[in-house]
Amino acid sequence: MTLAAATNENLASISNVLIYSAMAVYTLAFLAHIAEWVFGSRSKVGRTAAALTTDAGPAAKTAAGPVVQTRAGGAAVLERPKVITRSAAGQRDVPDGPGAHGGTEKGDLYGRIAVSLTVLAFLIQAAGVLARALSVQRAPWGNMYEFSITFSTVAVGAYLGFLAAKKNIRWMGLLLVATVLADLGIATTWLYTESDQLVPALHSYWLWIHVSTAIFCGAVFYLGAVGTLLYLFRDSYEAKLARGGSPGRFASSVLERLPSAASLDKFAYRVNAAVFPLWTFTIIAGAIWAGDAWGRYWGWDAKEVWSFITWVAYAAYLHARATAGWKGRKAACLALVAFACWLFNYYGVNLFVNSLHGYAGV
Amino acid sequence: MSSTSRTDASRTETGRTDTGKTEAGKTEAGRTEAGEERDELRTADLGEAGERLSTAPKDDVGDTPGAAGPAGGPVLGVIGWLRWFWRQLTSMRVALILLFLLSLGAIPGSLIPQNSVNDLKVQDFKAEHETLAPIYDKLQLFDVYSSVWFSAIYILLFVSLIGCIVPRSWQFVGQLRSRPPGAPGRLTRLPAYTTWRTEAAPEQVREAAGRLLAKRRFRAHTVGDAVAAEKGYLREAGNLVFHIALIVMLVAFAVGQLLKSEGGKLMVEGTGFSNTLTQYDDFKSGSLFSTDELAPFSISLDEFTGTYEKTGPQRGTPRTFRADVTYSQGDGKDHKAAIEVNKPLVIDGTKVYLLSHGYAPVVTVKDGRGKVVFNGAVPLLPIDDKVSSTGAIKVMDGYRDKDGKRDQLGFAAFFVPTYGGKGSGQMFSQFPGLEFPVLNVGAYHGSLGVDSGLPQNVYQLDTRKMTPFKDADGNVLKKSLLPGETLELPDGAGSITFEKEVKEWASFQISQQPGNGWALGGAIAAIAGLAASLFIQRRRVWVRARTGEDGVTVVEMAALGRSESAKLPEELADLAATLHAAMPTAETPTAATPDPPGVEKAGGAESNEDSVNSADTVDTSAEGAEK
Ligand code: HEM
Repeated sequence: MTLAAATNENLASISNVLIYSAMAVYTLAFLAHIAEWVFGSRSKVGRTAAALTTDAGPAAKTAAGPVVQTRAGGAAVLERPKVITRSAAGQRDVPDGPGAHGGTEKGDLYGRIAVSLTVLAFLIQAAGVLARALSVQRAPWGNMYEFSITFSTVAVGAYLGFLAAKKNIRWMGLLLVATVLADLGIATTWLYTESDQLVPALHSYWLWIHVSTAIFCGAVFYLGAVGTLLYLFRDSYEAKLARGGSPGRFASSVLERLPSAASLDKFAYRVNAAVFPLWTFTIIAGAIWAGDAWGRYWGWDAKEVWSFITWVAYAAYLHARATAGWKGRKAACLALVAFACWLFNYYGVNLFVNSLHGYAGV
Repeated sequence: MSSTSRTDASRTETGRTDTGKTEAGKTEAGRTEAGEERDELRTADLGEAGERLSTAPKDDVGDTPGAAGPAGGPVLGVIGWLRWFWRQLTSMRVALILLFLLSLGAIPGSLIPQNSVNDLKVQDFKAEHETLAPIYDKLQLFDVYSSVWFSAIYILLFVSLIGCIVPRSWQFVGQLRSRPPGAPGRLTRLPAYTTWRTEAAPEQVREAAGRLLAKRRFRAHTVGDAVAAEKGYLREAGNLVFHIALIVMLVAFAVGQLLKSEGGKLMVEGTGFSNTLTQYDDFKSGSLFSTDELAPFSISLDEFTGTYEKTGPQRGTPRTFRADVTYSQGDGKDHKAAIEVNKPLVIDGTKVYLLSHGYAPVVTVKDGRGKVVFNGAVPLLPIDDKVSSTGAIKVMDGYRDKDGKRDQLGFAAFFVPTYGGKGSGQMFSQFPGLEFPVLNVGAYHGSLGVDSGLPQNVYQLDTRKMTPFKDADGNVLKKSLLPGETLELPDGAGSITFEKEVKEWASFQISQQPGNGWALGGAIAAIAGLAASLFIQRRRVWVRARTGEDGVTVVEMAALGRSESAKLPEELADLAATLHAAMPTAETPTAATPDPPGVEKAGGAESNEDSVNSADTVDTSAEGAEK
């Protein structure tokens, strides 16, 4: 018994060392991303401005008329007929920015280094979470410290997953790594809780289901929120250019390298829409668990209320996208509000509101 | 709108097309509604082809009733207003606003204590905020989720939802029964387009295309010179299922609230309970509940086990709570079961939950002549995490004082399962487990006030009509007893003994709520519908084949989705490749740029080449085809 306890304490301190190491490596990744942005700023891209000013805007593109593709030269040509796509009327037709490295080789190199370091830090952090789980011999989600370290691991994992699937998402790297560092900093300084077992109310396999999906939803919603935020900046930048204005040098340099507003918007929408059903499931799983633990599946406890508010806010966002006059910036603001609700549900309710779910352990 | 569509369609079929938006506008001039113009922007170049790709209501709600009035005139009757109101209510925009209000409205309930959650907190709050509390009370902020205004929001939302679903369902049924609309005049205007020339005859191409599309589970048919096909109806179905499931969940929840019953019962180890109204300690039920609905069973608590962390910083944190019980239903057979915090016992649809636990020290009270007047376990209520407990020991009958006169005895009891020791300076418990139990009693006699008819808290001693026994200093006689110790009352008034036995008690919540199954079913349907609605793309594909000026067949393929996604061009490319394999490109000596018939030369050859060079699969920007 004492022997087991000792191993557990060992594992817990190993976990702590791993988390601190991950923070160190994330810091390096952060610096590498900074280098990427700095070197990237030396290139003269100017594509966005060119697209928006020389082309006389979307009207010309729409009026360009039928684009017909023909196959030249003999029977030998048996390749696929090419598909031509065309964006809808009223949309800016802007190419995506080249990414943080701005097309420079050096910037790209640093960007790659940053991603490699992020992968390394992710592995270390994941090992830290695993060690923590082994030390407490349960899912590592019993208190806010554990929740936080798992949360940022999953967020980085999702980001790396997108990269692995060859999605254009490296532009997010700097912001993501910075917030992960902040999250881990808060977790280790303020939220740290000694490794221990759970109170009986948390003993249930629903813990695995409900909390794991909640963490996953939050992490991916976070990526969506970053996309939405950058969309708002990029969109006003494009709008300004289209109006013939000239944004500040810093703003141009940074925003120009991001994907186009339309791409960012689409990314954010896809992410949010994809996670929404899972979030619905999370709430229902929570209700089932509450039914078992407390004898009622819905009791308007603060945590339940805020999950509901978050859910309705995301539903409003999805509705807004289907409603004329609400697409674009307004819908994006709704998405940010919805994510703010999620955050409040996590930090705010645990720390400030008296709730049955108050197992913050701080 | 349907009549316009019809015209558009026929026009499209004859291939004369390029539906002018002006033309459509003219036909409809008398009945054009505000907002329709916006719509036409979308459909202008697509004719009916872009219509009905969803059943979402159009945002054709005028800002003033005049604009949407039946005659468009300035004077509106009651009916006109009602219609206007109904249109507003069932529009997407109002649904959006109501959703937003619903989440805003839910906020105060999470920040202000709620009667339905914890009424003690509400009392505290009221005591602390004397000016604010009455205002909050007026605004029903202590009962947000049953307040008039919150109910108004969600009832409006659900009326809107029903008002939205019914017509949408009809429309969807209509769509399922009709066939995909014919190809628009200019396929080049669609978000994904491809073309090639082939030697096969147009009929052959159409036939092959029809077969191919049908094989890919498109609904396909030939209209004029083109095959029209559509797929992904499940998206719409999913969306409808989702919204209907929301209603099912709401109704199930409401029915559950009306019919539910919920009661509490505290049982000391070794005692039991049978499920009738009179045996409950407290009981709440929905307004439509009747007592016949209580399931007939009885249950008794055999043993309660609580274990706690013994060491470390979290010493004292509970680890397990388990109540071993025996229960029997109508058949009279005994069953054993264990109830834990997350594992309620279900008997005949009624759930028995373990809620809390505490200690019940066993005491014996004797009168002056040594006759036992009370012997039993007295459940005491915990007041902190370490289970320091308070309560009252009441001896109501059978006691006679030293003169043989009838009297009542009362003891204010304070109990700790683990005493800190004399030096610790305070009486509070150090640990929730039973390690060093001490029972402190203060003795009174007189009238317990039990017969006054007023409800009395069993755990509190009402000393207003009682006289304390005095110790030598003239203070209330009090003593801390270890198990086995006895407090002698002065002047031969009797004694109280803390027996060497401490039982535990557990309290249970026994609840019954019909409709849970429906709520769960609704929830599952909602998720499934939502997934279908968000992940399935509804799209149309047209394949036009006709003979060009040089006698060679020109094949054009185009696709339209409700929201533009990268998948759409990919799918079209795949279809085109398959069709192309069967109908390969015709040999032509030069790279001609055929103008498909019916397509005006808006861009001219120059821009054509331009685009061909610059754009192979250009990724498109956001949901274009969506209105
Ligand atoms: C109880 C409140 C409601 C909730 C939680 C809700 C939720 C949702 C969600 C999450 C979607 C996204 C699914 C998708 O994009 O396909 C959606 C779509 C939709 N909702 Fe609701 N809804 C509610 C009420 C309403 C009402 C009152 C209406 C009618 C005015 C309505 C009409 C629609 C329509 C037409 C769509 C499809 C939009 C599209 O196809 O893009 N909903 N709803």
